[in-house]
Amino acid sequence: MPHPRRRRPPLRGRACAATAALALLATGCAGAGGTSFGGGDALNVLMVNNPQMVELQKLTAKHFTRRTGIKVHFTVLPENDVRDKISQDFSNQAGQYDIATISNFELPFFAKNGWLHPLDDYADADAAFDQEDILEPLRESLTAEDGKLYAQPFYGESSFLMYRRDVFEKQGLTMPPKPTWQQVADLAARTDGAERGMKGICLRGLPGWGEVIAPLTTVVNTMGGTWFTKDWEPRLTAPEFRKATKFYVDLVRKHGELGAPQSGYAECLNNMTQGKTAMWYDATAGAGSLEAKGSPVKGKIGYVPAPVDRTESSGWLYTWAWGLQKASKKSDDAWKFVSWASSKEYEELVGSTSGWSNVPAGKRASTYAHPDYRAEAGAFADVTERAISEADPWNPGTQPRPTAGIQFVGVPEFTDLGTKVAQEISAAIAGRQSVDAALAASQKLAEKVAEEYR
Amino acid sequence: MTVTATRETPAPPAPARKPGGSGRRRAWATRAPLLPALVFLIAVTQLPFVATLVISLFDWNSLKPEKRHFTGLSNYASVFTDEALRESVVTTVVLTASVVLVSVILGLAFALLLDRTFFGRGFVRTLLITPFLLVPVSAALLWKHALYNPEYGLFNGALTWFGDLFGIESVAQPEWTSQMPLIAIEAALVWQWTPFMMLILLAGLQSRPAEIMEAARLDGAGPWQTFRYLTLPHLRRYLELGILLGSVYIVQNFDAVFTITSGGLGTANLPYTVYETFYRAHEYGLASAAGVVVVVGTIIIATFALRVVSSLFREEASRA
Repeated sequence: MPHPRRRRPPLRGRACAATAALALLATGCAGAGGTSFGGGDALNVLMVNNPQMVELQKLTAKHFTRRTGIKVHFTVLPENDVRDKISQDFSNQAGQYDIATISNFELPFFAKNGWLHPLDDYADADAAFDQEDILEPLRESLTAEDGKLYAQPFYGESSFLMYRRDVFEKQGLTMPPKPTWQQVADLAARTDGAERGMKGICLRGLPGWGEVIAPLTTVVNTMGGTWFTKDWEPRLTAPEFRKATKFYVDLVRKHGELGAPQSGYAECLNNMTQGKTAMWYDATAGAGSLEAKGSPVKGKIGYVPAPVDRTESSGWLYTWAWGLQKASKKSDDAWKFVSWASSKEYEELVGSTSGWSNVPAGKRASTYAHPDYRAEAGAFADVTERAISEADPWNPGTQPRPTAGIQFVGVPEFTDLGTKVAQEISAAIAGRQSVDAALAASQKLAEKVAEEYR
Repeated sequence: MTVTATRETPAPPAPARKPGGSGRRRAWATRAPLLPALVFLIAVTQLPFVATLVISLFDWNSLKPEKRHFTGLSNYASVFTDEALRESVVTTVVLTASVVLVSVILGLAFALLLDRTFFGRGFVRTLLITPFLLVPVSAALLWKHALYNPEYGLFNGALTWFGDLFGIESVAQPEWTSQMPLIAIEAALVWQWTPFMMLILLAGLQSRPAEIMEAARLDGAGPWQTFRYLTLPHLRRYLELGILLGSVYIVQNFDAVFTITSGGLGTANLPYTVYETFYRAHEYGLASAAGVVVVVGTIIIATFALRVVSSLFREEASRA
């Protein structure tokens, strides 16, 4: 006897159920919530989840609140989410957050949109803060077109070349005090295979405007190239840009790390720590991790300025800084917090509680004169300070630029443009297309962005 | 989008009812408890979708708030002319189809093996299900670092070990992710989704009527014939379910692409591209339009795929 067949549910109904599930995906753009907002006198701070910020969160209640009576509520998110939330909150001037961590990349257009509170008057009136102590390039990069200061740095970084002194000695090689890129390429060829599984150099290849594009752009700058001319003509297929990109891609493919198209800052740090590479060109912040307690390469590493070709220096400039939202009604209290978090006193506090290598450095001249800091971070302190001091965001290459920025172009569209170009470059590093093809595609993308500004 | 289902096949004749409202009232009495759930479903799924539709008609870059304005359908025009989006459509189709197909075939093989009785079956079943229980992001990280990494990954380590075994000095050390990026992602997804298919098909296998299988054996049907004419038709609904659910989930997959390649090397699928448009480019209008297009496209493909699959099976059933 046959079983009575159940009638199947009609198709359209099922497709709709599937659609409902997909509609959820399409609208999946709810921000991360979960903030408890304090009373009327508490400050709300939105910041990126880097180790230095997490440390600050731990120390605030015990030190800042106890002394001033000002309560602080923190919201801590990963970089991508924090950028999104900050731009949402600030663009609506909702005033939900009084203070947020912004970088020198966003500062110009945030200031131009009138989302930030100028800080000159506060800084002038606050003698203890010692505005003069802040390193010049950082101060400049946090000053908008109107000549006003809009943020205070929490820490700053540049880029430099790290290399294994012991490996160089064994191979009978010497690292010049100010290497050129050609010298670095030769040294990479000589140190490739110096130890089993060791490559010559680690350079980022992971797609992302904050990954492969940052070191690559510094190479482009020093080899005479630029993303855009002063009049917004894209120059990605120009001979200089091509030469720099070819150089970078060839160097990674020949003597760089394995799996380069998936290697970013974190992967290269890992390679350097595990002795898989003899040199690493990257952020000065990497040195703190390499020289930390328990690192197998602690004390074996030498530091020299970022390699150059046609310019005097080529290190980048980046900072996480405190911006005060214009709509906030608590800007006086907010300044008190910023003044404390970016103070010399706070650096001392971190140095004495959790060690000087964890200090949010790279922003004050006095940090580099501090005997305790020099004792612990002496190997890279001076090179870092010089790299930051020599960085010139308005003039990083051999020609005038339309915006300020060394390893990026200072327009909102660059996050998208940089990432798309990075995917082309990454494919060239993987050997899936030629550098010329990658740059031709990138030039088209840059053309679209330039049209809006011409 | 309506949630009313049109009937394709005439309903079986309803039992004769007394004319009047009592039948209808009773029908509503049974439906009433479900109404809050329906209202809730519409509120949480369809209202945000309507909001997305509205946003998709604006030119809205969150970093240029003063320039936000209504543009009509120009975002949709950009979506269809944007090369990156077109490529990601192809990537999504290839990724979804291959992962679903391979996981179904592997899942069926494992289900057939697990359907037999042997010592330690429960233990083996648990082992096979484990990949599906892993958080997608951690599974992707595991594949990226522990397996694919050319320097300390298991694959190249195994190759080196084999090389040492046979005394070969320089064994090939392929860069898995760079040389075959899409296959690398597909492999990680197949590994995660095979257990899902296996579970569904195993449930199907275990609901086969024992007496019919017995009769087939007595009538002299070989194992292949039994599988071809009895098991496969019986598994039809389970296969359909697996394919449909698998497709819906894998079309949306974001973790593997985001983690293993960051969308590079031509592996950016639609969800990743929409994410980039929203988070990196801050183009809210364009991202919403792309999201709407994804939904519409998925409905069309899902409907079409289901029709094809079910018509195939209907032929099978009529022939059997």
